[in-house]
Amino acid sequence: MHNFSLRGLLLFFLFATAPTISIMAQSSGSGKTVTVGLFILLALVFISAVMLVSDNLLGLQARKYGVDNLEDDKQGSFLSMFSDKAPDYVNGSYTRLKEGFDIKLKGEARKEIRDVAVSTVALQPTNFVGMSPIPKVVVEEGAEVLAGDPIFFDKKRPEIQYVSPVSGEIVSINRGLKRAITEVVILVDGEQRYREVPAIDLATISREDLVTFLLEIGGWTLLRQRPYDIVPAVDSTPANIFISTFDTAPLAPDQGFILQGQEEAFQKGIDLLARLTEGEVHLGLDGSGEVAPAGFSEFSATKHYFAGPHPAGNVGVQLHHVAPVNNVATAWVLGVQDVITLGKLLTEQRYDGQRIIALTGDGMADPHYVRTYQGAKLSDLLKDQMTQEGLRIISGDVLAGEQKQADQFLNFSADQVTVISEGNEHELFGWLLPFKARPSISRSFPNFLFPDVPISATTNTHGEERAFVVTGQYESMLPMDVFPQHLMKAILANDFERMEGLGIYELSEEDVALAEFACTSKQPLQHILREGLNFMREQG
Amino acid sequence: MSKLLEFVKKIEPKKGTLAHTLYDGFFTFLYSPDEVTHGGTHIKDGMDLKRTMVIVVIAMQLCYLFGTYNIGHQHFVAIGEHTSFLEGFYLKLFYGLGKLLPIFIVTHVVGLGIEFFYAWKKGHSIEEGFLVSGALIPLIMPPDIPLWILVLAVAFAVWIGKEAFGGTGMNIWNIALLARVFVFFAYPTTISGDEVWVSGLESTAVGSVAEYGLYHDACNWLFGLFGADGFNAASSVVDGYTGATPLSLAFQGGWEAVTQVYSESQMWWGGIPGSIGETSKPLIIIGGIILIAVGIASWRIMAGMLLGAVLCGMLLNAWGATPFMEVSWVNHLYMGSFFFAMVFMATDPVTAASTNVGKWIYGFMIGMVGLIVRILNPAYPEGWMLAILFMNTFAPLVDHYVLEANMKKRLKSA
Repeated sequence: MHNFSLRGLLLFFLFATAPTISIMAQSSGSGKTVTVGLFILLALVFISAVMLVSDNLLGLQARKYGVDNLEDDKQGSFLSMFSDKAPDYVNGSYTRLKEGFDIKLKGEARKEIRDVAVSTVALQPTNFVGMSPIPKVVVEEGAEVLAGDPIFFDKKRPEIQYVSPVSGEIVSINRGLKRAITEVVILVDGEQRYREVPAIDLATISREDLVTFLLEIGGWTLLRQRPYDIVPAVDSTPANIFISTFDTAPLAPDQGFILQGQEEAFQKGIDLLARLTEGEVHLGLDGSGEVAPAGFSEFSATKHYFAGPHPAGNVGVQLHHVAPVNNVATAWVLGVQDVITLGKLLTEQRYDGQRIIALTGDGMADPHYVRTYQGAKLSDLLKDQMTQEGLRIISGDVLAGEQKQADQFLNFSADQVTVISEGNEHELFGWLLPFKARPSISRSFPNFLFPDVPISATTNTHGEERAFVVTGQYESMLPMDVFPQHLMKAILANDFERMEGLGIYELSEEDVALAEFACTSKQPLQHILREGLNFMREQG
Repeated sequence: MSKLLEFVKKIEPKKGTLAHTLYDGFFTFLYSPDEVTHGGTHIKDGMDLKRTMVIVVIAMQLCYLFGTYNIGHQHFVAIGEHTSFLEGFYLKLFYGLGKLLPIFIVTHVVGLGIEFFYAWKKGHSIEEGFLVSGALIPLIMPPDIPLWILVLAVAFAVWIGKEAFGGTGMNIWNIALLARVFVFFAYPTTISGDEVWVSGLESTAVGSVAEYGLYHDACNWLFGLFGADGFNAASSVVDGYTGATPLSLAFQGGWEAVTQVYSESQMWWGGIPGSIGETSKPLIIIGGIILIAVGIASWRIMAGMLLGAVLCGMLLNAWGATPFMEVSWVNHLYMGSFFFAMVFMATDPVTAASTNVGKWIYGFMIGMVGLIVRILNPAYPEGWMLAILFMNTFAPLVDHYVLEANMKKRLKSA
């Protein structure tokens, strides 16, 4: 498509200039010297412009040849871009999503899992949306806990126990502003000991007993309710439960790779979830490849395939196309590893807080996967990794993740750590003629010609915040039937009815993160959306 | 840190002064800021408003080149010298520059002046909106526009049209068109009729002489150094010349009257009298292709507008009550400033409809209304300015109904 319009442009230019040149050749007169001089000047300007552009293109091309693209399973799918036909392997519904954008960054994690020794982990109340700032901590400093032992609970909802992912000693309870508890830090035992989980039989247990079981053993805290992305209320029943089995965010971990060897626990987790909903357990699968996504297509659940660029892997986007949520019909969503942890409550009879985390980003010396625990200390994960100066650590991906310091901890639901360079440098004419490639959805940068070539990104804002000017941009970054820009304006105006009508319940911060990245006016969309969601939640 | 950056940092004035606002404006023009992201996404797109606006300005550079030259060309055609298009190239170019540069400079001094003042008063950095408005205004003015009228028009557009509403991104009407519509209603004789589109003549009556001044004497001296001809002060308008635009000819006598004076290819390539930048259709289309290829201007608006104009043209052809109505819809596309309005005016994202469906409707309505104004209204020879301002006013309403439909659908399924 892009090539076509470019070619058209060139042809048009040729047609437009050819007659002019022929007329020029015939013209003669006394003013020839001046005329010729002016044309030479014009030609020089034109040639230098061409040189500048082609230099950029050559640079990118060279990099492309330096990159091994053979493994990319999307190769040769050019024609499939124009057809909506589902691939043969699809055993469920199939949706092709056009809107969105894949940001290809350098620093993808190598497919190798290493064990890493973590000194401490932390359970962080701030990881749970809507939790009161000072939860009731049930352990004291110096106490010994087992993996699965309760650590704290929210005073508003005392039934829900937040449990320790590891066994060890409570070393400190850290507080932030207004004495809010930020971290409960646990020193990890060398040999893990687990709190015993009673055996249950899924076939016979009542839903009520199952809920009580999950509340006590910490399984409940793995669930997230859409709308709002909160831990669901104890007495709530979701219309559906949805699990996205692929992540399209920049440098996101390969969930199929993480799943390997844990298939049984995953299926058990699905079975457990099926008992909790009136509707069904849905799996969102990657339908963009030539071959079936590894691992996930055989589980017994309702399957939905999605093909398209990021955010096709976001569970919110998938829900929108399968079973839209609102304040009455909610859905519960979980990550793949959360389902595995639920499954292991049954198969291994213990709360297993182990997580496989992808260390990614081009600030990382050796990007690969590590096996660690929920809330692991980042400096332990990143040992020998951060060799450069001026890096930013992000728990999560570059779009929706959270900035952290090395002495802080991984977020509860994170399966990725990204390290990229800070971009706190001035760049001469950086907005007009950038010297370094940067990710962009705009076709005004030459890298749009090579969408598969990974580039490095910094945290520079590339411009200052402005009022909303460009329209249609957010819509093209979100494959949902919502109007993000109008929704944002409704939120800023506190217009309750519009927010509801325009579908605020269906969105989560990660869904608008790509639009926020692309926004020409550099508006903080995730922040605005969260304000709106908080407003709606407080209204009831 | 480079030497240049060190130097520029050293001369930074005190914060909160007008000088600092100015400094900040030029500094961010020279260097992209060193700001990093906090909260929200950690990386941001390389595209910002400055770049967006500058690409639009780049897309109209061919119109600037041609427009400058065409000012000169029309002038020489009127006095019967160098009537072939490329003859007397340097004379036409320098003549055009002598007209265009003052207009360009005055527009920017006034517009940017007001913009800088408000940026300082409100304590925010200088917004880029005027980059495009300021580049568009000269292109849609007649070449002989008195500069004091231009000052008033630009001040009106930026002050009342934009800053009163809250600055870039908040305005309801297209700034460039507001400047033009101000001239159109306040000083109608300077922007309508047959005489205003050809530059540098006392009138277009036969025998009236060319008005050359100090600038042209200076040029003559310069050309003399190369042994080339200069401007001839004794030139006068040739017999049979009227300076009428195709539209006013068509209004009087239909397509036949137009083709007696202008050939079709002349109208297509743009060697006809008109506003400075709107005459050359291929160059405007190149600009449009750039904007669509880069993804800045909405192709939906353009397509909608084309569709609206074609449909309306066909309907009026079928009606055919006056000679003007009988002018084929195909000819309507290139005899006036349809393409310029479509590519650069209707697509202003701030004042256009903001939903995708709304953009189709908005463009379509501009096409319809514009052609109706052009053909049916004897007072206004060209309709796009009024049609676009009219639809600017209704764009929020169009969006409102598109959003209502979306809300209704969602609430029903809930």
